[in-house]
Amino acid sequence: MCTTCGCGPHSDHHHDHEHIHDHEHIHEHEHTHGDQSHSHPHPHSHDHDHGDQHHHHDHLHDDAQPHQHSHDEAHRSKKITIEEDILAKNNRLASFNRALFKEKGILVLNLVSSPGSGKTTLLERTLRDLSGKYRCAVIEGDQQTDNDARRIAATGVPVKQINTGAGCHLDAHMVMHATEAFDLDQLDILFIENVGNLVCPAAFDLGEAHKVVVLSVTEGEDKPLKYPQMFHNSGLMLLNKVDLLPHLTFDVPQCKEYAGRVSHDLAILEVSATSGQGLDGWYGWLERELGR
Amino acid sequence: MHEMSLTQGIVDICLQHSGGQRITTVVIEIGTLSGVVPEAVEFCFSACSSDTLAESARLEIRRLEAQGRCLDCSTLQPVERLYDPCRHCGSYALEILSGEEMRVVEIEVDD
Repeated sequence: MCTTCGCGPHSDHHHDHEHIHDHEHIHEHEHTHGDQSHSHPHPHSHDHDHGDQHHHHDHLHDDAQPHQHSHDEAHRSKKITIEEDILAKNNRLASFNRALFKEKGILVLNLVSSPGSGKTTLLERTLRDLSGKYRCAVIEGDQQTDNDARRIAATGVPVKQINTGAGCHLDAHMVMHATEAFDLDQLDILFIENVGNLVCPAAFDLGEAHKVVVLSVTEGEDKPLKYPQMFHNSGLMLLNKVDLLPHLTFDVPQCKEYAGRVSHDLAILEVSATSGQGLDGWYGWLERELGR
Repeated sequence: MHEMSLTQGIVDICLQHSGGQRITTVVIEIGTLSGVVPEAVEFCFSACSSDTLAESARLEIRRLEAQGRCLDCSTLQPVERLYDPCRHCGSYALEILSGEEMRVVEIEVDD
């Protein structure tokens, strides 16, 4: 069992990276360090040590009010108050990731979209254009295949593929382990390309600075209304494939208006990963975010 | 369907708190803007709780109505959808104050 996060055996992760151990972090289990001699603070958040928060309400309705029971035998039950966020575990690990990324000074972006919006092509272009300026890495999330990771690897940028199998989204735990593939001290920007899905990834904080939602003009302009959660939770919308607009009936102002309804302060940039149109605006946005 | 992993999270939380007792009732709260479909959680619950102490527990889902505040006119109001305008001034600049919650409230176990 992984002693950092309590997960079961993984075939492809390990915890001997110093970044796991050299700063304050939150995890669920105490871990041991073998022969490592350094000490470090642990602001622990134990998710299963709530014994003192339980409120027990004994239901003494077996003896006092037997007429209310159809059971043959007396039945005693006990209420246990929990009041715990269902995403608490993911959110704790996301906080761990966020603290780590902040300490390392890495801008981390979670790219989300429906399948086929052009996320990978946009990343390929971005990585090539920014090579020499920023040190980037990519985590690729797909249910199956490492096709996208191989495309990214061809740009010369470090990449780690996560295959979720049947899973429809990445979670903070997967990202935590995927980052072990990189030397975080040597990175400026980490792009996480989420599973192509405009629904499920919206709920899962990975520890990113922003979700960047990519919408292509070959989709409907009402996508922001159909999938409001994702657009509401994003900090930037990239309207991609705008080089195709002359061939389509896509209504750009209407799409932007819809997006503004769902998220009134959502930044929107029109880009084409193929023609390069609008990419300067995207790179300018990245530069501003890196400076924050 | 991310309800499957969320429901697995529900079952995990319940088992952690059950003290090894059989769980008879699970009460959860789901905000109307959480992006979670209650019926999907119900569907997943029987699968996720199978062969655990929560198997055959009754699942009670409480819906929490969302509340928001208009950033332009400050009116507090219920919010049904993320793209609804302010009921008072028509602005779309609504700050969501609640309704995105997903919480295990309590469980009932054999004593």
